[in-house]
Amino acid sequence: MKTFKLGGIHPSENKFSAKQAIKTAPIPAQAVIMLGQCLGAPSTPLVAKGDEVKVGTLLAKPSGFVSTSVHASVSGKVLKIEDVVDASGYKRAAIVIDVAGDEWEPSIDRSPAIVKEITATKEEIIAKVAEFGIVGLGGATFPTHIKLTPPPGKIAEVLLINAVECEPYLTSDHQLMLEKGEEILVGVRLLMKAIGVSKAIIGIENNKPDAIELLSRIAQQYSEIEICPLKVQYPQGGEKQLIDATIGRQVPSGTLPIEVGAVVQNVGTAFAVYEAVQKNKPLFERIITVTGKSVKKPANLLARIGTPLSELIDFCGGLPDDTGKVIGGGPMMGKALTTLSVPMTKGSSGLLIMPSLEAERGKMNNCIRCAKCVSVCPMGLEPFLLMSLSEQEIADWATAEQQHIMDCVECGSCSYTCPSNRPLLDYIRLGKNKVGGIIRSRK
Amino acid sequence: MSKLIVSPSPHVHSGDSVSKNMYGVLIALVPALLASLYFFGVGALIVSMVAVVSCVVFEYLIQRFILKYKTTVSDGSAILTGLLLAFNLPSNLPVWIIIIGSLVAIGVGKLSFGGLGNNLFNPALVGRVFLLISFPVQMTSWPVPLGFDTAYIDAQTGATALAMMKNHFGTLPSTSDMLFGQMGGSLGEVSGIALLIGFAFLLFRKIISWHIPVSIFVTVAVMTGLMHWANPQEYASPIAHLFTGGLMLGAIFMATDYVTSPMSKKGMIIFGVGIGVITVCIRVFAAFPEGVSFAILIMNAFTPLINKYVKPKRYGEVIKK
Ligand code: SF4
Ligand code: SF4
Repeated sequence: MKTFKLGGIHPSENKFSAKQAIKTAPIPAQAVIMLGQCLGAPSTPLVAKGDEVKVGTLLAKPSGFVSTSVHASVSGKVLKIEDVVDASGYKRAAIVIDVAGDEWEPSIDRSPAIVKEITATKEEIIAKVAEFGIVGLGGATFPTHIKLTPPPGKIAEVLLINAVECEPYLTSDHQLMLEKGEEILVGVRLLMKAIGVSKAIIGIENNKPDAIELLSRIAQQYSEIEICPLKVQYPQGGEKQLIDATIGRQVPSGTLPIEVGAVVQNVGTAFAVYEAVQKNKPLFERIITVTGKSVKKPANLLARIGTPLSELIDFCGGLPDDTGKVIGGGPMMGKALTTLSVPMTKGSSGLLIMPSLEAERGKMNNCIRCAKCVSVCPMGLEPFLLMSLSEQEIADWATAEQQHIMDCVECGSCSYTCPSNRPLLDYIRLGKNKVGGIIRSRK
Repeated sequence: MSKLIVSPSPHVHSGDSVSKNMYGVLIALVPALLASLYFFGVGALIVSMVAVVSCVVFEYLIQRFILKYKTTVSDGSAILTGLLLAFNLPSNLPVWIIIIGSLVAIGVGKLSFGGLGNNLFNPALVGRVFLLISFPVQMTSWPVPLGFDTAYIDAQTGATALAMMKNHFGTLPSTSDMLFGQMGGSLGEVSGIALLIGFAFLLFRKIISWHIPVSIFVTVAVMTGLMHWANPQEYASPIAHLFTGGLMLGAIFMATDYVTSPMSKKGMIIFGVGIGVITVCIRVFAAFPEGVSFAILIMNAFTPLINKYVKPKRYGEVIKK
């Protein structure tokens, strides 16, 4: 079975919420919609205090090239625009809406019918994707419409769909595939049309045999879509690793996947594209896994953007007494939250509640030069060396750059593996920041 | 609810630790230890106990009273150094010599460099080579395995197979005696089969990778195979070379020491090939009958250089722009 070639680890999967049918989370009394909903610049608000909005009303428009549209996820009245603490722990601007009822924009098609026939042109698809604020839902939140328009001179050959869900604990993509298989494949075809390719490969790890089976069955109608089962290995959901695993190509250092003819989209994004183009529905809700060893009812929730995460936890049985850490995302790459009032955003794929016993890091020891960090690094780097270059009194950024520190994808496999509990990725991140700054200042 | 813990990702850990690896290697040495008890009797037990206890005690005393920092004896690395040192000694070695060897291994080989992780040379080998140079007579009078023997100092001694191979005298042990360990030699090196069982365990637990031992085996087998093919009268067979002397022990347990071997897979192979070549050269051409310890120490010295110039295969390297 296929997988990527370099490095990789097998953390315990702990998929407690697997096969839990998607439940609709209650609409909050107050929705807090961050203006920064994508990787790029925060959006520019179009509403003011007191404005009435419906579900799907445009609230903010893109403020630059890499930026996105933001829509209301609830109906009601704009209470204020103020700075609130987001998942990164910093205060950032958000639109706060007092919820009244649940009135949707009439243009949104709310019927359960699946619209398989594709009538939109390539340009119309990309325009809809941009207009309805679709971003990468795997967690990176890069605006999708930009990825659908390859830079001049580059030609896309294949669309790769990331349905790997290699983060432990998370199950939202898995459940989405089980419940929305038909829609996802329509979304995949829309994406293929948008980038003008005649082949799509959906990579799914073989710990989800039911999803592989179901999608393979549906895909029989479409000869151009291939389902590719993959051997379970973290971080297979990383773009670079997925490309290597599915089509055996490696993206050269410092370039984008399009360099090897690939465009990668998350399976959740494919579903959002389906809803946007076929159902006229902006991205204002998504599936999020709420889970953890002590969580009473681990679940896959369909929740509105802007719902405070504390309300999702309450819906799943409340915050366990032994809680030590709450993580936005999965345990390998997610961010530890400083407060539970953080609202859900387009990038919220999971909420992991960790008992305090597991939340503390182990005591750090000397590097015993066991080379385990080297052998697990999916980018072929030497984490122990990059850490020591950043750690030493006079850090050696020039060597760090030569040793490809910027290629680190921050997957955390090195820190996960180190028997001496060395915080390798912490130091490598620091180094990446410094070296990145040096590189930018050169230009 | 108390305050939430906030720390950067990743938020989970494999649970691996230094001591797990060290005790894992110790477990892998158990078959060879049992074999040496079987072949050398009480002497093997005394030598092992003395070496282990003195390594641990020296590590504790030096860290506690001379270097004045928290001791790391609990990580198991001193026990491992002690046992590996014992495995490299003849089973009738006087206790005081073993104690000196342990002091050199821990004090000079390990702690003088800054402790576990910073040493350049394999500590157990530093101890062994020191003894070999200082006490050549005691270090090379090998007791002949007589089944479970209770004699210690007065054990009957004889030449090792390697010395016979080199100087063309006596009858070499039969192949099955070589595999199981019915031959003269130091404690832990005699039973190739027991050592290979340990190797399988180390690989299974992913404590070491195959690269170093296998590249040593292959290099030695190919080189001695060619010589043997060219002149079977003069040169011993590759099987004899692989299963005699410290080759198995050295390749599986000494050359793979984390601290003193290279970090990249390519580097490990270069390291292994280097050890193989040097070992064969010493065994065949130099004055000593045995060369594994020297070969490993020499390659230990090259490890920093290998690490500097031999890098792991990078992602995206295949596609050169
Ligand atoms: S975090 Fe970076 S250095 Fe560490 S394993 Fe992942 S890619 Fe390699
Ligand atoms: S895994 Fe940890 S102990 Fe091993 S080489 Fe890397 S940093 Fe050093």
